[in-house]
Amino acid sequence: MTSDIHALSGAYAIDALDDIERARFERHLAECGECRAEVDSLREAAALLPETTTAEPPAALRDRILAEVATVRPLPPIVPAADTEPSAESGGSRGRRRWLAPLVAAAAVVAVLGAGGVAWHPWTDESGQGPVTSAADRVRNAPDAVTVTRKVDGGEATIIASKSLNQLVVSTEGLPPLPTGKVYEMWLNDADKGMVPVPGGLMTAADSTVVLDGNVSHATGAGITVEPAGGSKVPTSDPVALFNLENA
Amino acid sequence: MDQIRPVSPGASSSEGAPGAPALGELLRLSSRGDQGAFAALYDATSRRAYGLALRVVRDPAQAEEVTQEAYLDIWRTASRFDPDRGSALSWVLTIVHRKAVDRVRSAEAASRRDVTYHQENQPVEHDSTAEAAEASLEARRVRGALQNLTEVQREALELAYFGGYSHTEVATMLDLPLGTAKTRIRDGLIRLRDAMGVGAA
Repeated sequence: MTSDIHALSGAYAIDALDDIERARFERHLAECGECRAEVDSLREAAALLPETTTAEPPAALRDRILAEVATVRPLPPIVPAADTEPSAESGGSRGRRRWLAPLVAAAAVVAVLGAGGVAWHPWTDESGQGPVTSAADRVRNAPDAVTVTRKVDGGEATIIASKSLNQLVVSTEGLPPLPTGKVYEMWLNDADKGMVPVPGGLMTAADSTVVLDGNVSHATGAGITVEPAGGSKVPTSDPVALFNLENA
Repeated sequence: MDQIRPVSPGASSSEGAPGAPALGELLRLSSRGDQGAFAALYDATSRRAYGLALRVVRDPAQAEEVTQEAYLDIWRTASRFDPDRGSALSWVLTIVHRKAVDRVRSAEAASRRDVTYHQENQPVEHDSTAEAAEASLEARRVRGALQNLTEVQREALELAYFGGYSHTEVATMLDLPLGTAKTRIRDGLIRLRDAMGVGAA
Protein backbone atom coordinates (compact mmCIF):
# COMPACT_ATOMS: atom_id res chain seq x y z
CA MET A 1 0.00 0.00 0.00
CA THR A 2 2.82 2.38 0.75
CA SER A 3 3.92 2.03 -2.85
CA ASP A 4 1.17 4.28 -4.15
CA ILE A 5 0.66 6.52 -1.15
CA HIS A 6 2.08 9.40 -3.21
CA ALA A 7 -0.97 9.10 -5.41
CA LEU A 8 -3.07 10.45 -2.54
CA SER A 9 -1.48 13.91 -2.79
CA GLY A 10 -4.20 15.31 -5.05
CA ALA A 11 -7.08 13.99 -3.00
CA TYR A 12 -5.35 15.23 0.14
CA ALA A 13 -4.82 18.70 -1.33
CA ILE A 14 -8.56 19.11 -1.87
CA ASP A 15 -9.80 17.40 1.30
CA ALA A 16 -11.05 14.29 -0.47
CA LEU A 17 -9.61 11.73 1.93
CA ASP A 18 -11.45 10.14 4.80
CA ASP A 19 -10.06 10.65 8.28
CA ILE A 20 -8.04 7.46 8.35
CA GLU A 21 -6.41 8.02 5.00
CA ARG A 22 -5.76 11.61 5.92
CA ALA A 23 -3.92 10.58 9.08
CA ARG A 24 -1.96 8.01 7.16
CA PHE A 25 -1.02 10.47 4.45
CA GLU A 26 -0.03 13.13 6.97
CA ARG A 27 2.30 10.64 8.57
CA HIS A 28 3.78 10.11 5.15
CA LEU A 29 3.95 13.86 4.47
CA ALA A 30 6.07 14.35 7.56
CA GLU A 31 8.75 12.28 5.89
CA CYS A 32 8.32 13.08 2.21
CA GLY A 33 9.43 16.53 1.12
CA GLU A 34 8.49 15.72 -2.43
CA CYS A 35 4.87 15.10 -1.47
CA ARG A 36 4.81 18.24 0.66
CA ALA A 37 5.94 20.32 -2.31
CA GLU A 38 3.45 18.58 -4.56
CA VAL A 39 0.57 19.17 -2.17
CA ASP A 40 1.50 22.85 -1.95
CA SER A 41 1.55 23.19 -5.71
CA LEU A 42 -1.71 21.28 -6.17
CA ARG A 43 -3.37 23.54 -3.61
CA GLU A 44 -2.32 26.50 -5.74
CA ALA A 45 -4.02 24.83 -8.67
CA ALA A 46 -7.14 24.01 -6.68
CA ALA A 47 -7.35 27.62 -5.48
CA LEU A 48 -8.05 28.61 -9.08
CA LEU A 49 -11.31 26.71 -9.13
CA PRO A 50 -13.32 29.14 -6.98
CA GLU A 51 -12.61 31.69 -9.69
CA THR A 52 -15.31 29.97 -11.73
CA THR A 53 -17.95 30.18 -9.04
CA THR A 54 -17.67 33.54 -7.30
CA ALA A 55 -20.69 35.01 -5.57
CA GLU A 56 -21.32 38.29 -3.80
CA PRO A 57 -21.66 37.63 -0.07
CA PRO A 58 -24.38 39.53 1.80
CA ALA A 59 -23.13 42.82 3.21
CA ALA A 60 -24.33 41.79 6.66
CA LEU A 61 -21.87 38.91 6.62
CA ARG A 62 -18.98 41.33 6.29
CA ASP A 63 -20.26 43.35 9.22
CA ARG A 64 -20.65 40.25 11.38
CA ILE A 65 -17.20 38.96 10.57
CA LEU A 66 -15.49 42.28 11.18
CA ALA A 67 -17.39 42.78 14.42
CA GLU A 68 -16.48 39.34 15.64
CA VAL A 69 -12.86 39.63 14.67
CA ALA A 70 -12.61 42.66 16.91
CA THR A 71 -13.19 40.38 19.90
CA VAL A 72 -10.67 37.68 18.96
CA ARG A 73 -6.94 37.88 19.48
CA PRO A 74 -4.76 36.58 16.64
CA LEU A 75 -2.49 33.70 17.56
CA PRO A 76 1.12 34.64 18.13
CA PRO A 77 3.70 33.71 15.54
CA ILE A 78 5.76 30.67 16.24
CA VAL A 79 8.79 31.84 18.14
CA PRO A 80 11.92 29.79 18.66
CA ALA A 81 12.02 28.23 22.09
CA ALA A 82 14.30 30.37 24.22
CA ASP A 83 17.31 28.47 25.42
CA THR A 84 16.13 24.99 26.19
CA GLU A 85 18.98 23.13 24.57
CA PRO A 86 17.49 19.71 24.14
CA SER A 87 20.48 17.56 24.91
CA ALA A 88 19.36 14.36 23.36
CA GLU A 89 21.03 12.05 25.78
CA SER A 90 18.61 10.55 28.21
CA GLY A 91 18.96 10.06 31.90
CA GLY A 92 16.07 8.27 33.44
CA SER A 93 16.82 9.18 37.00
CA ARG A 94 16.80 12.91 36.68
CA GLY A 95 13.25 12.97 35.44
CA ARG A 96 11.10 15.20 37.55
CA ARG A 97 13.20 17.80 39.23
CA ARG A 98 14.88 18.98 36.07
CA TRP A 99 11.59 20.13 34.69
CA LEU A 100 11.20 22.90 37.17
CA ALA A 101 13.97 25.15 35.91
CA PRO A 102 12.96 25.05 32.27
CA LEU A 103 9.36 25.56 33.25
CA VAL A 104 10.29 28.71 35.06
CA ALA A 105 12.25 29.80 32.02
CA ALA A 106 9.29 29.05 29.83
CA ALA A 107 7.09 31.05 32.13
CA ALA A 108 9.47 33.96 31.80
CA VAL A 109 9.36 33.76 28.04
CA VAL A 110 5.61 33.69 28.18
CA ALA A 111 5.56 36.69 30.44
CA VAL A 112 7.89 38.68 28.21
CA LEU A 113 6.22 37.85 24.94
CA GLY A 114 2.74 37.67 26.28
CA ALA A 115 2.65 34.72 23.97
CA GLY A 116 0.82 32.17 25.99
CA GLY A 117 -1.48 31.81 28.87
CA VAL A 118 -3.99 34.19 27.51
CA ALA A 119 -7.60 33.36 27.96
CA TRP A 120 -9.28 33.05 24.65
CA HIS A 121 -12.36 34.97 23.84
CA PRO A 122 -15.04 32.42 23.38
CA TRP A 123 -16.14 32.17 19.82
CA THR A 124 -19.43 33.88 19.80
CA ASP A 125 -21.05 31.97 17.02
CA GLU A 126 -24.50 33.14 16.29
CA SER A 127 -27.44 31.20 17.52
CA GLY A 128 -28.08 29.16 14.43
CA GLN A 129 -24.60 27.77 14.28
CA GLY A 130 -23.27 24.53 12.92
CA PRO A 131 -24.74 21.17 13.76
CA VAL A 132 -21.86 19.77 15.74
CA THR A 133 -19.56 21.28 18.29
CA SER A 134 -16.55 19.06 18.41
CA ALA A 135 -14.89 18.11 21.64
CA ALA A 136 -11.95 20.25 20.59
CA ASP A 137 -14.20 23.24 20.01
CA ARG A 138 -15.69 22.79 23.45
CA VAL A 139 -12.27 23.14 24.99
CA ARG A 140 -11.38 26.05 22.70
CA ASN A 141 -14.57 27.79 23.65
CA ALA A 142 -14.21 27.26 27.37
CA PRO A 143 -14.07 30.63 29.09
CA ASP A 144 -10.93 29.61 30.95
CA ALA A 145 -9.15 28.09 27.95
CA VAL A 146 -5.45 28.85 27.90
CA THR A 147 -3.52 28.57 24.66
CA VAL A 148 0.22 28.07 24.48
CA THR A 149 2.24 27.35 21.35
CA ARG A 150 5.79 26.11 21.33
CA LYS A 151 8.17 25.61 18.47
CA VAL A 152 9.60 22.12 18.22
CA ASP A 153 12.57 21.97 15.92
CA GLY A 154 10.90 23.26 12.77
CA GLY A 155 7.43 22.18 13.79
CA GLU A 156 5.12 23.38 16.49
CA ALA A 157 2.84 22.13 19.18
CA THR A 158 -0.11 24.05 20.55
CA ILE A 159 -1.93 23.26 23.74
CA ILE A 160 -5.32 24.60 24.62
CA ALA A 161 -6.12 23.67 28.18
CA SER A 162 -9.24 24.19 30.22
CA LYS A 163 -9.18 23.70 33.96
CA SER A 164 -12.94 23.77 34.23
CA LEU A 165 -13.28 20.93 31.72
CA ASN A 166 -10.09 19.15 32.80
CA GLN A 167 -9.30 18.66 29.15
CA LEU A 168 -6.65 19.78 26.79
CA VAL A 169 -6.42 19.95 23.03
CA VAL A 170 -3.00 19.14 21.67
CA SER A 171 -2.30 20.11 18.07
CA THR A 172 0.97 19.28 16.45
CA GLU A 173 2.28 20.36 13.11
CA GLY A 174 5.51 19.35 11.43
CA LEU A 175 7.08 17.68 14.43
CA PRO A 176 10.46 16.16 13.59
CA PRO A 177 10.13 12.53 12.51
CA LEU A 178 11.12 10.01 15.15
CA PRO A 179 13.34 6.96 14.83
CA THR A 180 11.37 3.73 14.90
CA GLY A 181 10.56 2.62 18.39
CA LYS A 182 10.09 6.18 19.67
CA VAL A 183 6.97 8.24 20.30
CA TYR A 184 6.14 11.68 21.57
CA GLU A 185 4.50 11.63 24.98
CA MET A 186 2.38 14.32 26.59
CA TRP A 187 2.76 15.14 30.29
CA LEU A 188 1.04 17.36 32.80
CA ASN A 189 3.08 18.91 35.56
CA ASP A 190 0.86 18.18 38.53
CA ALA A 191 1.21 20.63 41.41
CA ASP A 192 1.74 17.76 43.85
CA LYS A 193 2.77 14.72 41.90
CA GLY A 194 5.15 16.26 39.39
CA MET A 195 5.12 14.96 35.85
CA VAL A 196 2.25 12.60 35.20
CA PRO A 197 1.57 11.03 31.83
CA VAL A 198 -1.61 12.17 30.10
CA PRO A 199 -3.79 9.19 29.19
CA GLY A 200 -3.83 8.74 25.44
CA GLY A 201 -1.02 11.25 25.10
CA LEU A 202 1.25 9.25 22.83
CA MET A 203 1.79 10.84 19.44
CA THR A 204 3.68 10.19 16.25
CA ALA A 205 5.32 12.92 14.22
CA ALA A 206 2.20 13.12 12.05
CA ASP A 207 0.23 16.33 12.32
CA SER A 208 -2.67 15.72 14.61
CA THR A 209 -5.17 17.31 16.92
CA VAL A 210 -6.34 15.29 19.89
CA VAL A 211 -8.49 16.03 22.88
CA LEU A 212 -7.16 14.52 26.09
CA ASP A 213 -8.57 14.18 29.56
CA GLY A 214 -6.22 15.06 32.37
CA ASN A 215 -6.16 16.74 35.70
CA VAL A 216 -5.61 20.16 34.19
CA SER A 217 -7.13 21.94 37.17
CA HIS A 218 -4.26 20.67 39.27
CA ALA A 219 -1.49 21.24 36.75
CA THR A 220 0.90 24.14 36.48
CA GLY A 221 2.30 23.16 33.13
CA ALA A 222 2.62 20.56 30.45
CA GLY A 223 5.41 19.11 28.40
CA ILE A 224 6.28 16.77 25.56
CA THR A 225 9.16 14.30 25.61
CA VAL A 226 10.41 11.59 23.31
CA GLU A 227 9.87 8.16 24.85
CA PRO A 228 10.23 4.54 23.85
CA ALA A 229 7.21 3.15 21.99
CA GLY A 230 4.42 2.45 24.43
CA GLY A 231 5.31 5.47 26.51
CA SER A 232 6.87 5.83 29.94
CA LYS A 233 5.52 6.33 33.44
CA VAL A 234 8.15 8.96 34.15
CA PRO A 235 9.88 11.16 31.58
CA THR A 236 13.13 9.58 30.46
CA SER A 237 14.40 12.41 28.28
CA ASP A 238 14.53 16.15 28.32
CA PRO A 239 11.37 17.82 27.10
CA VAL A 240 11.21 18.97 23.50
CA ALA A 241 8.50 21.45 24.49
CA LEU A 242 7.25 22.96 27.72
CA PHE A 243 4.01 24.79 28.25
CA ASN A 244 3.23 27.04 31.15
CA LEU A 245 -0.43 26.73 32.08
CA GLU A 246 -0.48 29.00 35.07
CA ASN A 247 -2.94 31.83 34.79
CA ALA A 248 -0.80 34.44 33.11
CA MET B 1 -6.19 51.61 4.72
CA ASP B 2 -9.79 51.16 3.81
CA GLN B 3 -9.44 51.33 0.09
CA ILE B 4 -10.43 48.19 -1.65
CA ARG B 5 -7.48 46.42 -3.10
CA PRO B 6 -7.71 45.07 -6.58
CA VAL B 7 -8.70 41.47 -6.46
CA SER B 8 -5.74 39.39 -7.33
CA PRO B 9 -6.84 36.89 -9.86
CA GLY B 10 -5.28 33.51 -9.33
CA ALA B 11 -1.57 33.30 -9.74
CA SER B 12 -0.20 33.26 -13.21
CA SER B 13 3.45 32.78 -12.46
CA SER B 14 5.25 30.60 -10.01
CA GLU B 15 5.83 33.69 -7.90
CA GLY B 16 2.15 34.40 -7.61
CA ALA B 17 0.01 36.88 -9.41
CA PRO B 18 0.39 40.61 -9.31
CA GLY B 19 -1.47 41.46 -6.16
CA ALA B 20 -0.63 38.22 -4.42
CA PRO B 21 2.14 39.86 -2.44
CA ALA B 22 -0.38 42.47 -1.38
CA LEU B 23 -2.64 39.77 0.02
CA GLY B 24 0.31 38.28 1.85
CA GLU B 25 1.06 41.68 3.31
CA LEU B 26 -2.55 42.09 4.40
CA LEU B 27 -2.32 38.72 6.15
CA ARG B 28 0.86 39.80 7.85
CA LEU B 29 -0.76 43.00 9.09
CA SER B 30 -3.82 41.04 10.19
CA SER B 31 -1.66 38.76 12.30
CA ARG B 32 -0.67 41.87 14.25
CA GLY B 33 -4.28 42.72 14.89
CA ASP B 34 -4.75 45.25 12.08
CA GLN B 35 -8.49 45.10 11.49
CA GLY B 36 -8.36 47.50 8.56
CA ALA B 37 -5.96 45.22 6.74
CA PHE B 38 -8.19 42.29 7.51
CA ALA B 39 -11.19 44.12 6.09
CA ALA B 40 -9.21 44.77 2.90
CA LEU B 41 -8.25 41.10 2.78
CA TYR B 42 -11.90 40.17 3.17
CA ASP B 43 -12.94 42.54 0.40
CA ALA B 44 -10.34 41.12 -1.93
CA THR B 45 -11.18 37.47 -1.34
CA SER B 46 -14.74 37.14 -0.08
CA ARG B 47 -16.47 36.68 -3.44
CA ARG B 48 -14.35 33.63 -4.08
CA ALA B 49 -14.63 32.39 -0.51
CA TYR B 50 -18.37 32.80 -0.24
CA GLY B 51 -18.92 31.48 -3.76
CA LEU B 52 -16.89 28.41 -2.90
CA ALA B 53 -18.69 27.82 0.38
CA LEU B 54 -22.03 28.24 -1.36
CA ARG B 55 -21.09 25.84 -4.10
CA VAL B 56 -20.06 23.16 -1.63
CA VAL B 57 -22.75 23.45 1.03
CA ARG B 58 -25.46 24.85 -1.31
CA ASP B 59 -27.53 26.38 1.44
CA PRO B 60 -26.92 30.16 1.62
CA ALA B 61 -27.39 30.34 5.40
CA GLN B 62 -24.87 27.59 5.95
CA ALA B 63 -22.54 29.08 3.37
CA GLU B 64 -22.52 32.26 5.42
CA GLU B 65 -21.71 30.33 8.57
CA VAL B 66 -18.91 28.47 6.87
CA THR B 67 -17.51 31.70 5.47
CA GLN B 68 -17.67 33.35 8.86
CA GLU B 69 -15.94 30.44 10.59
CA ALA B 70 -13.27 30.40 7.93
CA TYR B 71 -12.49 34.11 8.15
CA LEU B 72 -12.28 33.92 11.92
CA ASP B 73 -9.77 31.11 11.53
CA ILE B 74 -7.89 33.17 8.98
CA TRP B 75 -7.77 36.11 11.37
CA ARG B 76 -6.72 33.94 14.27
CA THR B 77 -4.04 31.98 12.43
CA ALA B 78 -2.75 34.64 10.02
CA SER B 79 0.68 34.47 11.65
CA ARG B 80 0.96 30.88 10.46
CA PHE B 81 0.75 31.78 6.80
CA ASP B 82 4.06 30.85 5.19
CA PRO B 83 4.65 32.66 1.88
CA ASP B 84 7.34 30.15 0.97
CA ARG B 85 4.75 27.43 0.74
CA GLY B 86 2.21 29.13 -1.46
CA SER B 87 0.14 32.19 -2.20
CA ALA B 88 -2.00 33.95 0.34
CA LEU B 89 -5.07 33.42 -1.81
CA SER B 90 -4.51 29.69 -1.89
CA TRP B 91 -3.98 29.66 1.88
CA VAL B 92 -7.25 31.50 2.45
CA LEU B 93 -9.25 29.33 0.07
CA THR B 94 -7.77 26.13 1.48
CA ILE B 95 -9.17 27.09 4.88
CA VAL B 96 -12.57 27.96 3.41
CA HIS B 97 -12.70 24.73 1.46
CA ARG B 98 -11.80 22.63 4.47
CA LYS B 99 -14.51 24.28 6.55
CA ALA B 100 -17.08 23.76 3.82
CA VAL B 101 -16.17 20.09 3.40
CA ASP B 102 -16.23 19.56 7.16
CA ARG B 103 -19.69 21.07 7.20
CA VAL B 104 -21.16 18.83 4.52
CA ARG B 105 -19.49 15.75 5.97
CA SER B 106 -20.74 16.39 9.50
CA ALA B 107 -24.21 17.13 8.14
CA GLU B 108 -23.92 13.90 6.28
CA ALA B 109 -22.94 12.00 9.37
CA ALA B 110 -26.05 13.36 11.02
CA SER B 111 -28.33 12.27 8.22
CA ARG B 112 -26.44 9.74 6.25
CA ARG B 113 -26.48 10.32 2.55
CA ASP B 114 -27.30 7.29 0.48
CA VAL B 115 -26.93 6.36 -3.11
CA THR B 116 -29.58 8.82 -4.19
CA TYR B 117 -26.93 11.50 -4.07
CA HIS B 118 -25.79 10.02 -7.33
CA GLN B 119 -28.66 11.51 -9.27
CA GLU B 120 -29.01 14.67 -7.26
CA ASN B 121 -25.49 15.83 -7.53
CA GLN B 122 -24.02 14.19 -10.46
CA PRO B 123 -22.66 16.56 -13.03
CA VAL B 124 -21.70 19.70 -11.22
CA GLU B 125 -23.84 22.09 -13.11
CA HIS B 126 -23.07 25.74 -13.44
CA ASP B 127 -25.54 27.55 -11.31
CA SER B 128 -26.44 31.19 -11.41
CA THR B 129 -23.57 32.13 -9.12
CA ALA B 130 -21.20 30.63 -11.62
CA GLU B 131 -22.85 32.63 -14.35
CA ALA B 132 -22.17 35.77 -12.42
CA ALA B 133 -18.49 35.01 -12.66
CA GLU B 134 -18.61 34.46 -16.38
CA ALA B 135 -17.40 37.94 -17.05
CA SER B 136 -14.16 37.42 -15.21
CA LEU B 137 -11.25 37.02 -17.53
CA GLU B 138 -9.50 34.81 -15.04
CA ALA B 139 -12.55 32.59 -14.74
CA ARG B 140 -12.47 32.15 -18.48
CA ARG B 141 -8.81 31.22 -18.36
CA VAL B 142 -9.49 28.63 -15.67
CA ARG B 143 -12.41 27.21 -17.61
CA GLY B 144 -10.19 27.04 -20.66
CA ALA B 145 -7.52 25.22 -18.72
CA LEU B 146 -10.11 22.79 -17.41
CA GLN B 147 -10.90 21.89 -21.00
CA ASN B 148 -7.43 20.36 -21.19
CA LEU B 149 -8.44 17.77 -18.65
CA THR B 150 -10.02 14.55 -19.75
CA GLU B 151 -13.72 14.25 -19.09
CA VAL B 152 -13.11 11.86 -16.22
CA GLN B 153 -10.40 13.99 -14.67
CA ARG B 154 -12.62 17.05 -14.74
CA GLU B 155 -15.63 15.25 -13.35
CA ALA B 156 -13.63 13.61 -10.59
CA LEU B 157 -11.98 16.90 -9.66
CA GLU B 158 -15.24 18.84 -9.60
CA LEU B 159 -17.14 16.23 -7.62
CA ALA B 160 -14.38 16.10 -5.05
CA TYR B 161 -13.66 19.82 -4.84
CA PHE B 162 -17.10 21.35 -5.31
CA GLY B 163 -19.14 18.36 -4.21
CA GLY B 164 -17.09 17.68 -1.10
CA TYR B 165 -17.04 13.98 -1.84
CA SER B 166 -14.18 11.70 -0.89
CA HIS B 167 -12.25 10.06 -3.68
CA THR B 168 -13.82 6.70 -2.91
CA GLU B 169 -17.29 8.23 -3.14
CA VAL B 170 -16.27 9.85 -6.39
CA ALA B 171 -15.09 6.50 -7.73
CA THR B 172 -18.49 4.99 -6.97
CA MET B 173 -20.37 7.93 -8.42
CA LEU B 174 -18.43 7.80 -11.67
CA ASP B 175 -18.33 4.01 -11.83
CA LEU B 176 -14.56 4.03 -11.73
CA PRO B 177 -12.59 1.09 -10.39
CA LEU B 178 -11.95 1.71 -6.71
CA GLY B 179 -8.72 3.54 -6.19
CA THR B 180 -8.57 5.22 -9.57
CA ALA B 181 -10.49 8.37 -8.72
CA LYS B 182 -7.61 9.61 -6.59
CA THR B 183 -5.31 9.28 -9.58
CA ARG B 184 -7.76 11.13 -11.81
CA ILE B 185 -8.02 13.92 -9.25
CA ARG B 186 -4.27 14.22 -8.98
CA ASP B 187 -3.72 14.09 -12.73
CA GLY B 188 -6.43 16.69 -13.22
CA LEU B 189 -4.88 19.04 -10.68
CA ILE B 190 -1.45 18.61 -12.24
CA ARG B 191 -2.80 19.46 -15.67
CA LEU B 192 -4.61 22.47 -14.32
CA ARG B 193 -1.51 23.58 -12.44
CA ASP B 194 0.70 23.23 -15.48
CA ALA B 195 -1.76 24.88 -17.84
CA MET B 196 -2.10 27.88 -15.52
CA GLY B 197 1.56 27.97 -14.56
CA VAL B 198 0.99 28.12 -10.82
CA GLY B 199 2.70 26.47 -7.91
CA ALA B 200 6.37 26.00 -8.68
CA ALA B 201 6.58 22.24 -8.84
